[in-house]
Amino acid sequence: MTIAVLSGKGGTGKTVIAVNLASVSTHAVYIDCDVEEPNGHLFFRPIPKSSVEVALKIPVVDNLRCTGCRKCVDFCRFNALAFIQNRLLVFSDLCHACGGCVVLCPEKALSEREMPIGNISYGISENVEVITGNLQPGKVSGVPIIRQMVENFYTNKEIPIYIDCPPGSSCSVMESIKPADYCLIIAESSVFGCHDLKMVHELVVELHKPFGIVLNKCFNEENPSEQYCLENGLPILAKIPFDRELNKWNANGLIAVKQSPDYHQLFQDLVTKIQAEATK
Amino acid sequence: MIIAMPVTSPDSNALLYHSFGRAPFFVFYDLNTDSMRFVTNEATTTQGGAGIKAAQIIVDNHANCLFTPQCGENSVSVLIGAKIIIYRSIPGTIANNVHAFKSEKLELLHETHTGFHGHQG
Repeated sequence: MTIAVLSGKGGTGKTVIAVNLASVSTHAVYIDCDVEEPNGHLFFRPIPKSSVEVALKIPVVDNLRCTGCRKCVDFCRFNALAFIQNRLLVFSDLCHACGGCVVLCPEKALSEREMPIGNISYGISENVEVITGNLQPGKVSGVPIIRQMVENFYTNKEIPIYIDCPPGSSCSVMESIKPADYCLIIAESSVFGCHDLKMVHELVVELHKPFGIVLNKCFNEENPSEQYCLENGLPILAKIPFDRELNKWNANGLIAVKQSPDYHQLFQDLVTKIQAEATK
Repeated sequence: MIIAMPVTSPDSNALLYHSFGRAPFFVFYDLNTDSMRFVTNEATTTQGGAGIKAAQIIVDNHANCLFTPQCGENSVSVLIGAKIIIYRSIPGTIANNVHAFKSEKLELLHETHTGFHGHQG
């Protein structure tokens, strides 16, 4: 079963929860799709096994062959090409590497070159296989890296796979939750947290994903996210109180379920609930 | 000489739009004849790279310079490639800007931004 952990807002505890869920299983896969700043490996400290480069195929123009017909310019919906002063310009950062312009060019003036954008590393940390996507600083979109992780590693349905999603609710999150059988939304008890909970709630509904909520870092006071869940009948799977001890472990890269029997129990119960909810 | 400006509507009283790539219209003002031609900015509806497409429209309409309050770096590389000179516009109408230009009160736009990508502008 594949479980995506997402939140909308950053800093709600996606990584901590995904890491701990993977750690309580006898054997699990953890995939860090937060490719702009992957941090799950700081907890797992995996023994590196392999790494692959991810590259995009970007068009290259031969201006001697280009006749300026602009078929490619008109075709590109991301406007990665412009034709000025009898010269075709390529904006590689905007290119989504669909290859359409190369296919369309009647003069065969376009070819492709590989532009590296990052890598995917694979390692082992005790019972957890750790897959980490890394986007190079300055690159615009990590979606191709996420897509490659999704295509290459979501094959074994026997063991639980936990996907640590990027924050937000845009393309990179959609790509990350695509193969998920179940979405676990982590919500913070703040107005901001509630706002972003609504956004990812809309997203998972739109994508027809079964989902449940974990209210994290809860205080004994008004919780806008909890209110939203109650008003809209969203299933709350766990309420995790704000805990300085937990924060300390997190800051030191320690996995809570290995530090405390209470947290071990909490996350084991959460796994059971997720399995029950997902197979409903 | 032809001056391009991003504007709010296709009429001679239109105000300058607050950004470039997703402005609803462009005016092409011919300084020799004081005539105006309005072009719909087809870039407003694109998913990304609006600045590049908008700059392509400016180039294709044979503008010599552009008056704009701001401009993204991708648009600038297209415009500079086509040797179009970019001035910082002043808030107000088309006529206000043409007048300011004629009185040499417009400055060249030196700084660019890295794009708003749907967040502002």
